[in-house]
Amino acid sequence: MDNMNCSDARIARYKAFATQIRAHVLRMTHRAKSSHIGGCFSIADLLAVLYNGILQVDHTQPNMPDRDRFIISKGHVAAAVYATLAERGFFPLEWLDTFYQDGSHLPGHVTYGVPGAEASTGSLGHGLSISCGIALAGKRDNRSYRVFTLLGDGECDEGSIWEAALFAPHHHLDNLVAIIDYNKIQSFGMVKEVLDLDPLAEKWRAFGWAVKEIDGHDINQIENSLQNVPFEPEQPSCIIAHTIKGKGISFMENQLAWHYRHPNDEELQQALAELGVSE
Amino acid sequence: MRAAFIRSLINLARNDDRVFLLVGDVGYSLVEPFAEEFPAQFVNVGIAEQNMTGIAAGLALCDKMVFIYSLANFPTLRCFEQIRNDVCYHNANVKIVSSGGGLAYGALGATHHVTEDLAIMRALPNMTVIAPGDPVEAGLATQAIAGLPGPGYLRLAKTGDPVVHQRTPNFQIGRAITVREGNDATLIATGGILNNTVQAAERLAQRGIQTRVLSMHTIKPLDIESVLESARETGAIITIEEHSMIGGLGSAVAEVLAESGNYRIAFKRIGITDSFSSVVGSQEYLLKGLSLSVDGITDAVQSLLDTKTH
Repeated sequence: MDNMNCSDARIARYKAFATQIRAHVLRMTHRAKSSHIGGCFSIADLLAVLYNGILQVDHTQPNMPDRDRFIISKGHVAAAVYATLAERGFFPLEWLDTFYQDGSHLPGHVTYGVPGAEASTGSLGHGLSISCGIALAGKRDNRSYRVFTLLGDGECDEGSIWEAALFAPHHHLDNLVAIIDYNKIQSFGMVKEVLDLDPLAEKWRAFGWAVKEIDGHDINQIENSLQNVPFEPEQPSCIIAHTIKGKGISFMENQLAWHYRHPNDEELQQALAELGVSE
Repeated sequence: MRAAFIRSLINLARNDDRVFLLVGDVGYSLVEPFAEEFPAQFVNVGIAEQNMTGIAAGLALCDKMVFIYSLANFPTLRCFEQIRNDVCYHNANVKIVSSGGGLAYGALGATHHVTEDLAIMRALPNMTVIAPGDPVEAGLATQAIAGLPGPGYLRLAKTGDPVVHQRTPNFQIGRAITVREGNDATLIATGGILNNTVQAAERLAQRGIQTRVLSMHTIKPLDIESVLESARETGAIITIEEHSMIGGLGSAVAEVLAESGNYRIAFKRIGITDSFSSVVGSQEYLLKGLSLSVDGITDAVQSLLDTKTH
């Protein structure tokens, strides 16, 4: 593992941003009585680094042809993605209050048309193929942009993921980065018990990807890996981020229930207090 | 129809570098000229239709016009959810082209019979559904569908399909082509069964029954005006399709007639009954068993008109 450190100030900025995402997600899911907090929290640190130090995107020009693309393939973590986009200025923070609500433009799965959202996802196993298409267009048009795709681990049960996993190395899509949120819990149980993915890194390597495994909550490791893509020329990159579902809240970590539950008033207060955020 | 499609697509690509062709490891002795002339706009994605459809959507999100080509049900049913979510929900500029429409792959068996595609594609928001009646229409349909900003489905028959149109017809998406005039009944056909339909109309003419024949190449949006006009002017409508009786052309026309307020129409659907082929056979053999041969269509029309006059 690369030992190069981020500056302390940058680390603090990323951490503060991740805390903001988690706080928004808590308030949004509480208000909406919606779900999927666990997966939102396992990717919060990844989103914080992507949107503050990696992605070349500009909220004032959301359709800039050479912008980097971020595709969230596990579209059910919409609350975290919308919170990120709003914090980055793609749309007003007040919109987050409308998440999941009647007449809102922010549905429970990430939807194309929301400023900053590059594709609609929600049914699992679609994002990597769409990303391959965007990456292929970039190669054929000699564009400089990169495509970062965040996948869930349970999502890797879908055969279409492995169709795309075959395609990207064959076509030398080194402008494509797949990040796997390996939080080890899927909808109905532990990944190991439902449909074991291990050895996951070896699988991606065998398919032709350049793979790194990181602690998906260690800001240094996240930034170092994302700054160094492509890991190998002519090869797509895969970052397996070992994460914790519900990361950051003591009573949510590694608890399957928080794939489904929304916090009640008391749990909201307790969770915000643990984040060090006031109501 | 396949050859007409690829010729038309090559012409399109010569004038528009947004045109991409993706194939699912099919197209032997068909797509090579495209691949050779436009290598940067061609990809054989392998036998992976879900991925092919997602890739097409991704390319379209980068302003490409993407044709995806495969056989039978592979580019539609195998990857249906990718068509719904990745293509239609994004209103992406992706055209799905399937070869082997209807029973064209006769003796290959029911896995290769394309008999529910029109119903299923028709149900999707943003999707335009086209089944050309002969190679002339196939070439024109390819051009026309390229002019749509959003998704389209093009159902082709096979190679060596008979030419129905001796002169180039006026092909517009959503406008039926009147192939034959007549006022005793209207035969509305879609796809490659148009040829048998026209022959049946000629046979009926020998018996003194003058039928109008419409090539309803566009199933969605349906040419409602032509259906209502034919109902008004001929009083009898027979739909003919190489497709399940459920949800395709016959259903679409029935929906229009049922809501039209004109309840004096004699109406019949000819198509594939709600079953898989129980026997092996060529396309011609199977069509015969389904009243979709020239004889079968002729008899069905005659019997509807006989019932009507009694």
